[in-house]
Amino acid sequence: MITARRFFARSEPWVLAAIVILSLLIQARSGQFFTGNNLVDLARAFIVPGLLSIGCMMVIVSGGIDVSFTAVAALAMYITDKILLQSGYEGNVILAYAMSAGFGLLMGALNGFLIAFLRLPTLVVTLGTGSLFTGLMFGAFSASASDVPPAIVAHGKETLFTAVNSDLGLSSNMPSQILILVGMLFLAFLLLRYTMLGRGIYAIGGDEAAAERAGFNVRAIKMFLYCLVGVLAGITGISRISMMAYADPSTFQGMELTVIAAVVLGGTRVTGGLGTLTGTILGIALMMILANSLILIGIPTYWSRAFTGAVIIIGTGVTAHQIASTHRSQRDLKKT
Amino acid sequence: MASTVLKLEGIEKSFGGVRALKGVDLEIGAGEIHCLAGENGSGKSTLIKVISGVHEPDAGWIEIGGRRFTQLSPIEAISLGVQVIYQDFSVFPNLTVMENLALNMELMDKRAFMNYRRARSIASRAVAQIGFDVDLDERVENLSVADRQLIAISRALLQNSKLIIMDEPTSALTKKEVKSLFSLIKELQSRGISILFVSHKLDEVFEISERYTILRSGENVAKGSTTELDHRAFAFHMTGREFSAESYRPAGPRGEPILSVRGVSLRGCYSGISFDLAPGEILGITGLLGSGRTELVETLFGITQPDSGTIEVRGLPAKIRSVKDAIRKGLGYVPSDRLTEGLFLPQAIDRNAVIAVLDRLSNGFGFLRRKAVAETTLRWIRELSIATKDPSLPVRTLSGGNQQKVVLARWLANDLSVLILNGPTMGVDIGSKYDIHALMRKLASEGLAIIIVSDDLPEVLACASRIIVMREGAFVRELDPASTTESVLGELSTGVA
Repeated sequence: MITARRFFARSEPWVLAAIVILSLLIQARSGQFFTGNNLVDLARAFIVPGLLSIGCMMVIVSGGIDVSFTAVAALAMYITDKILLQSGYEGNVILAYAMSAGFGLLMGALNGFLIAFLRLPTLVVTLGTGSLFTGLMFGAFSASASDVPPAIVAHGKETLFTAVNSDLGLSSNMPSQILILVGMLFLAFLLLRYTMLGRGIYAIGGDEAAAERAGFNVRAIKMFLYCLVGVLAGITGISRISMMAYADPSTFQGMELTVIAAVVLGGTRVTGGLGTLTGTILGIALMMILANSLILIGIPTYWSRAFTGAVIIIGTGVTAHQIASTHRSQRDLKKT
Repeated sequence: MASTVLKLEGIEKSFGGVRALKGVDLEIGAGEIHCLAGENGSGKSTLIKVISGVHEPDAGWIEIGGRRFTQLSPIEAISLGVQVIYQDFSVFPNLTVMENLALNMELMDKRAFMNYRRARSIASRAVAQIGFDVDLDERVENLSVADRQLIAISRALLQNSKLIIMDEPTSALTKKEVKSLFSLIKELQSRGISILFVSHKLDEVFEISERYTILRSGENVAKGSTTELDHRAFAFHMTGREFSAESYRPAGPRGEPILSVRGVSLRGCYSGISFDLAPGEILGITGLLGSGRTELVETLFGITQPDSGTIEVRGLPAKIRSVKDAIRKGLGYVPSDRLTEGLFLPQAIDRNAVIAVLDRLSNGFGFLRRKAVAETTLRWIRELSIATKDPSLPVRTLSGGNQQKVVLARWLANDLSVLILNGPTMGVDIGSKYDIHALMRKLASEGLAIIIVSDDLPEVLACASRIIVMREGAFVRELDPASTTESVLGELSTGVA
C-alpha cells in the first residue's frame, strides 16, 4: 500500500519532476528537446553510465562503496581488445563480451576477497585496487588508444533505428547496446526484488549483524556483489569501445564520480539499505540531460558542469536532510 | 518443577586465555520466567551465545527438550525452539515490517526466492499471535523502540518457540512500555513458553521472574526462588561486595545559597519554579518523563532560555545565555543520555576527561601542555576509580558506570560550584551505582552543591538532602527525604493517590 506520505518521502517523484520541468524548459526555449535525434542522442549517452550505475547502486545499498569500477571496465576491455587484436580474432562479439566480463569478474573477486574475507573498509580497498588496475593498464600494458577487432566494429555499427531531424538536417542512430542495458536492468530488477540474495543485499545494508543472525551468508553475498560489479564493468567496457570504434584506455576516467552522484541523487541512501533501480535510472537521466542538452538553450558546456555540480549538492543535500530529520524524530520519540 | 526446558551443566568457555565461563549451571522449567542476572562482564552474554549456538562451549553439556548436546549450531538451537531477542532487537530498519517478520523464516526454510504473498501471510500470522496492530508496509525505522521489540517478539514466536531469551529487554523502554512488555511476558508464560530474562535491574527481577540465577566473573554465585531474595542479597551476589546499609545523612546547607532560582517559566515546559541551593546540599528533582525536570536543568545550564523569572548565582543576578556562560559561572551538567550527549565515544578516555578544561591546560600559544593533560587525567582516574588499564583507549571500551565517571571527571576537572546530574545512574550496574552515589556524597561533603534529576525514587531518597517534585511542568512540593516515602513521592509525581 503506497500512501501519499510515503510517495512524497521518496526521491523518485522529485527527480522525475526535475526532469520534466527541465525538459519542458529546454523545449520551450529551443524547440529541440523533444526531437527524435535529441532523444536518441540522450539514450546513447545514457547507456554506459546506466550500465555502470546498476552495480554501483547495489554496492551502496549494501552499505559499501566502490570507486574502482571504471578502472575495472577500462582494464578489462583493454586486455580483451589487445588479445583479440593480436590473435586476429574474426568471430562473434559475444566472445569479446565474455572475455571482458571474465576479466571484470577476476578484478571484482579481488575487491570481494579483500572486503568480505579480510573485512577491510570498502572505500580504501576500491581506491587501492582502482589505482592498481589503472597503473597496471598504463604501466604493464603501456596502454594507449588502439584499434578494435572487426567484430567489435561491426557490433558498434548495429543500429536499431535512425532518428532524423529534418529541420537541422541531423540524424542519430539508436545503438543496439541499449538492449544490453535494458536486459541488465531487467535482470537486476529480478535479482533485487525476487531473490533472497537480492533481499540479502538490502538486509546487509540495513544491519549487518542482524543479517548474519537471521541466517544470511553475509560473506558470500558481499563476494557475489563485488564480482557482479566487476562483470557489469567488463560488459560496459566492450559496449563503450564498440560505440566509439576504438579503445581509449582513459575513456572512463572520472566517470565513477558522476555515476555515484547520480545514484545518490536517485535516492539511494549513502549509508546503505535504501535504493531503487527506478531512482538510479532517473538520477542518471537527469545528469545526462544536464550534461548534454543545456547546450540546446545556449548554455555553454562549462556551465553545464556547474549546473551538474549544483544539482548534486542540492539533490544529495535533500536526501541527507531527510535522513537527519528521521533520526531526529526518532530521538524525540525516545525522549517523550 | 514439572519438566525442564533447558539444562546446562558445567559450561566452560575461554576466549584467548580469558575464561569467560568457568563451569556454569542453569536450569529452566517449562513455562517458567527465569532471570539471569550479573554485572557487565559476568559472562551473561557469553552464556546466551552458548545456549543459542553461537559459541561452542569448551566443556560441559546442554540439554534441551530432553536431548543432550555438547555443542549446538544456531540452526539446531532455533529448531529446538530457542529464540534470542537481542538488545538491539536485530531488526532491519530499512525494510518493511512484513519483510522483517518473514525473512528469518524464509531463510530457515532455505528459500532462494522471495514470494511477497507468502511473506505477507507469515507476517500477518506473526503479529496476530500477540494481537500486535501494526502497518505491515511501514519501514521499521519509522517505528518506536517498543514496536521494534514487539516485532522481534512476534518473529521469535513464529518458530514454535519453547524458550525465549530476552537480553536486557527494558533498557530502551519507558515505564509504560515496560509494563505492557511484562504483561506480554506473562501472557506468553500462560501459553507454556519459558522466558529467560537477562537483566541487572533489581526491581524488574523481583517483579517479573519466579526463579533466578546470578553470575559473577563467569561463575554461578546464587540461584533460587525470587521470593526468597532481598535487595541486599541481590546486590551482594551481583557485586561480591557488602554494601553498608546505613542511611545517608546529608550534611545540610553551609552558608549562603550559591544558586537561587526565582519563578522561572518556559512556555510548554515548566512554569513558576523557585528554589535555593547552598554548598553541601544535594537537591533531588523528581517527576515523570515530560514533567519538565530535564527542561528545567537544561535552562540552568544555558541550553534554553527561560521566558520569565530570574536566576542568581552567589547572590548576583545571572544571565546564562549559553553553555559557555554556565561553565564560566561554575556550573556543570551531566546529561541523562551520556552516550549521545555527553561523550565522544570513539575518542580516548583522557581526551574526553579534559575537554572542558582545555583552556587551562594549554600554553600561551594555544598548544596543549601534554604533561598537564596526563596529570589531570591520572588524578581523576584515581580519584573516581575508573576501571581502565590505559587512558588512551576509547571511551567506548568502558562499562556504563565507568563512562558516567568519565563525564563526571570532565566536570570535576573544572573548578565547579554546582554540579547538575540528570539520571546519574541510568543504565549502570549496581556496583557502579553504589560508587557514583558514594562519590556524590563525598563531593557534597567537600562543599559542592549538587542537583540530581531522577525518577529512580529510591535513589532520590537515598541521596538527596531535599526533594522537589514536579508534575506537568509545575512545582508540586518540596519534601524532606527523612520524613517521606517512595509511595508519597510516587503519588505526588503522578497526581494519583
